[in-house]
Amino acid sequence: MKVVVDLSTCDLHGLCVEAAPEVFEIGDDGALRVLIDTPPEGLRAKVDKAVRECPTGAISIEE
Amino acid sequence: MLRRIVVVGASLAGLRAAETLRDRGFDGELTLIGEEPHRPYDRPPLSKQVLQGTWEPDQTFFRRKHGYDALALDMRLGVRATSVDFRARRVTLAGGTFADYDRLIIATGARVRTLPGIAPRAGLFVLRGLDDAIALRRELMHSTRVAIVGAGFIGLEVAASCRARGLHVTVIEALPVPLSPVLGPTLCEMIASMHRDHGVDLRTGVAVTDVVGESRVAGIVLSDGSRISADVVVVGIGVTPNTEWLEGSGLTLDNGIVCNGSGEAAPHVYAAGDVARVANRWHGDAPRIEHWTNAVEQAVHAAENALAGPAAGTSFSSVPYFWSDQFDRKIQFIGRARPHDEMVIVDGSLADRRLTALYRRGDRVVACLTVNQPRALIKYRKLLAGGAAWEAAISGTAVS
Repeated sequence: MKVVVDLSTCDLHGLCVEAAPEVFEIGDDGALRVLIDTPPEGLRAKVDKAVRECPTGAISIEE
Repeated sequence: MLRRIVVVGASLAGLRAAETLRDRGFDGELTLIGEEPHRPYDRPPLSKQVLQGTWEPDQTFFRRKHGYDALALDMRLGVRATSVDFRARRVTLAGGTFADYDRLIIATGARVRTLPGIAPRAGLFVLRGLDDAIALRRELMHSTRVAIVGAGFIGLEVAASCRARGLHVTVIEALPVPLSPVLGPTLCEMIASMHRDHGVDLRTGVAVTDVVGESRVAGIVLSDGSRISADVVVVGIGVTPNTEWLEGSGLTLDNGIVCNGSGEAAPHVYAAGDVARVANRWHGDAPRIEHWTNAVEQAVHAAENALAGPAAGTSFSSVPYFWSDQFDRKIQFIGRARPHDEMVIVDGSLADRRLTALYRRGDRVVACLTVNQPRALIKYRKLLAGGAAWEAAISGTAVS
């Protein structure tokens, strides 16, 4: 799976960081960073949760 | 065996419940019933991007990229559920059609309150649904003076959006300080000052006694005798859960549908979102919560438990979270503060209107508010979920 974040719609709610801290981080510059573009399958449930809970729908998974 | 699941309510909670059911492998008949004619859409942008005119209404629709084919829903829109028979496991819809279920998920949300004794008329608006937002936006295009009744989050967001459109805005609030039961007086004063600095005429501690203008609004009358002229009046004084259709059904209805920690309201019946009062371990009771993330979390939880059955049910535990965008400030709040909790600003300042505040009850940190400091919220969200001690939270700020 490949994680794609649309930074133009990201609103920094940080729910993805809570759902999948291995994959998402808000950096020192205050912008969201994807730490692993292609996370292992073991993280799918966490990434799914991040996608579902993002209030702006900024995260998507490309298979 | 589960063959048929019916979800009543086609807004955020209803949609997320349906999506979760499919994600978890449910491949039976899945019916989604919505009273509004629209496909599910997102409400937070209505008072902001839609009202300001930066978004077209259709940008609020969910699943614009993926569509609905993969969900294989029997989507029945523009039709209201009128009653449910738990013995027959049947939901009856307006017009006499029905939907039978093995599991039922109720997510019928809430509707806005209106001013008692005030008849509807042109220029008098509420803001809850997409149609409300479209109609209000159209009206604002040729208005100059707006009066907003209620300085809750919706009222204040509408005020900020109207100022962005260059309108003259008056906000009336019955409380002496807007929002103070939720955020405490100090931070609410800060929010009030921000609105005044942006040109909002915010009047507090005063009630609206009448709306004047017969065929269309001309203004409002206040309890101190003053009169404010307005082309448009927007009423934002809270919501009422949509439970009337369930009266007499046997469910416990008390400011919402009372549910256990599995989100179960009765055998095979679950509820989620604004209409539900799900027992919440973190919260300590069964609050009714009107926040976006709560609708998602409860919908996912209800869907998972509907599939797993009562024996495998998991109990709900969540730290409430909401946000509000007003002018150039993002206010984020997590946890639960009560009026007498101590509040300490641990970073930033009231003067800058950029800060992080923690709320304390006894030796625990119970809530965190940030203004334009989203990173801090992430840190405290984790601490709050873990039930952090006050000292640990405070020292945490010292090291970061």
